[in-house]
Amino acid sequence: MAKKDAPPRWDRKMQQRLARGEAAALGEFYDRFASLVHGLAHTVLGDERAADHLTRDVFAHVWEHPDTYDPKQGPLRSWVAALTHRLAVQRLRATETAALVQAGGQGSTEELERKVRHASVAARADYIVQSMPVPLRAALELAYFQRRDYRQTAVDLGVTEDEARRRLRLGLQLLSTAHDAGAAPGAPPGYGGAV
Amino acid sequence: MNEAGRFEVYDEHEGQGGHGGEDPYEKGERESGAANASRGADGMSSGNGDDRHPTPESGPDLPPRIPLPRASVEDTGRPLPDLRAQDLAAPAPPPSAPLVLEHRVLKALLGAWALAACSPEETAAVEEHLGDCGACADEARRLREAVGLLHPAESLDLDPSLRTRVLAGCLERRPPRIPVPEWATPYDAETARLDALLQDFGDAEWHAPVRLRWFEKDEPTSRRTTVAGVIAHLLTVDGLVAIALGLKDPMGDVAADRPTPSARTEAYWRASHYPPTRAVRAPWREQSHDLVRTVSFTGGGTGKLSVPYGDFELPLHDAMLDRAFECWVHAEDIAEAVDYPYEPPSGGDLHQMVDLAARMLPTVLSARRRVGLAAPSPGPHRHLVPAGEPGRSLRLEIEGSGGGEWLIPLDSPGAVGSADHEVAHIALDGGEFCRLAAGHVSPTEAAAGQVGDREAIRDVLFAAASLSRM
Repeated sequence: MAKKDAPPRWDRKMQQRLARGEAAALGEFYDRFASLVHGLAHTVLGDERAADHLTRDVFAHVWEHPDTYDPKQGPLRSWVAALTHRLAVQRLRATETAALVQAGGQGSTEELERKVRHASVAARADYIVQSMPVPLRAALELAYFQRRDYRQTAVDLGVTEDEARRRLRLGLQLLSTAHDAGAAPGAPPGYGGAV
Repeated sequence: MNEAGRFEVYDEHEGQGGHGGEDPYEKGERESGAANASRGADGMSSGNGDDRHPTPESGPDLPPRIPLPRASVEDTGRPLPDLRAQDLAAPAPPPSAPLVLEHRVLKALLGAWALAACSPEETAAVEEHLGDCGACADEARRLREAVGLLHPAESLDLDPSLRTRVLAGCLERRPPRIPVPEWATPYDAETARLDALLQDFGDAEWHAPVRLRWFEKDEPTSRRTTVAGVIAHLLTVDGLVAIALGLKDPMGDVAADRPTPSARTEAYWRASHYPPTRAVRAPWREQSHDLVRTVSFTGGGTGKLSVPYGDFELPLHDAMLDRAFECWVHAEDIAEAVDYPYEPPSGGDLHQMVDLAARMLPTVLSARRRVGLAAPSPGPHRHLVPAGEPGRSLRLEIEGSGGGEWLIPLDSPGAVGSADHEVAHIALDGGEFCRLAAGHVSPTEAAAGQVGDREAIRDVLFAAASLSRM
């Protein structure tokens, strides 16, 4: 589960420790973010081994360039997610392009772009679900995964039916922003400070 | 402001255009007799535009999903509505009259609708509305698409060896200015592995019973606790290293009779009113991170620093290996209790742990001999071999990943193991040796190949088992 309560101080100190070349900090950094990084990489690339490789690349990038994170720009978590997203999509595009060349014109660049876009949206969606406020996620989990209707969801969560409906709608509204690509260059939507 | 609160603004903003006074849907509902009929006679006002109770209420004591609103009325014991009169009034009486709800109510239902979490009547009402309302239709499509993005979370059990590989790859590209000492890497790796095991534990797992087993006075001993109790045990005993390093004692105000691992653990368990819960995970993990960090800064010059365990002391680097070993042993206890698979440590880490045990054996042997638990040295070398001189030795051969060979001097901790003075040879698998040293397998039952002096072999196997403690 996301450690959402981590204070920005932790982010700042972590960056300083990484910049200082403290191997112990790298281990702690891995312990906090490995499942996030690996999960996103897996969603985009759809392959365990490729996700392992990308995880290695992301951590190597952070370890070699800890200064590229600016704590003023937002939480470390969002930055790590955005970095992972960028590298994973790059990797997917590269492997798909190579496959396209190898297939000798079978399949189109259009298909490739659709595939990349689809993977990209799926990764943002996963991140949004993981990072959304717990009450919203809990409501979605009950309604979608446990197939509870909104009245049962309300009872399960101990809230009014009105509130259950509100949470389901808000949760889906948030999730739907996964489709809004390209809002801010360099920072895929879904990884901003808002979630 | 909490985050859920922030999104409320979004909702209100979204809804602004939706409910003006002239809202045709609102009006329609007020005038609709059918809406009243389907709501039944539960006394709810439907004409005041109050969308707090737009739909049939189910009492808390009713079955949660109510296929027909009338059923809830019957179950409440309140008077039934005069259905016949209303049916007559309707031009073509449907099995349940269609719901007519105001725009605002329908819009609030869109999330539940997209998730198929409404009653059939509400679903029909929403879908009817979508034909007429462009704004709601747009949102409905968006939310339905969003539902398509939901999928069951895949179990993200990361391969524990990935951590080692990723970190090694990083450190190769950019050598650390402050490395983790080699003798602390097994502790770093084992605590990370155990933490990953705990990751998805629910209450059932945290409170699963665990039996800690060890050897005391050459007899198997055990103590019952829970998974959370084991983590509390690791927290308090790791605390001995924390204290030696000048870090905070995790025991806080709790006082133990003696500064031994078991006394501290028992005191900690006794001090809490309730059995330990999952809450113990965070302080344990924080302390383990702090230990790795702190020992990295002490650098290589830790010769002077030793960690008191009450009855004995270990140099800091051995204490960290000991804690790594204990972490693995108890992780296996936990994994067994909750029926999860758990792998042995990496070969390199296992080797360091076996090496610690092998180095401790001569001291343990001599202590056992003093109290008559081990046979006195036979033959011409009856008395202590002078320090630094070769002495009677047992060859300990550990098979498998992380294995190796150790020559254990039998007659004095100061003596040097010597192949020329080898009197016995035992060979066993690394995992089996560790189970023996953990007190999980009896010295008489350990699967060990044995050649040579039977007494020496027996002494070493029992000495290995006596390394175990709670």
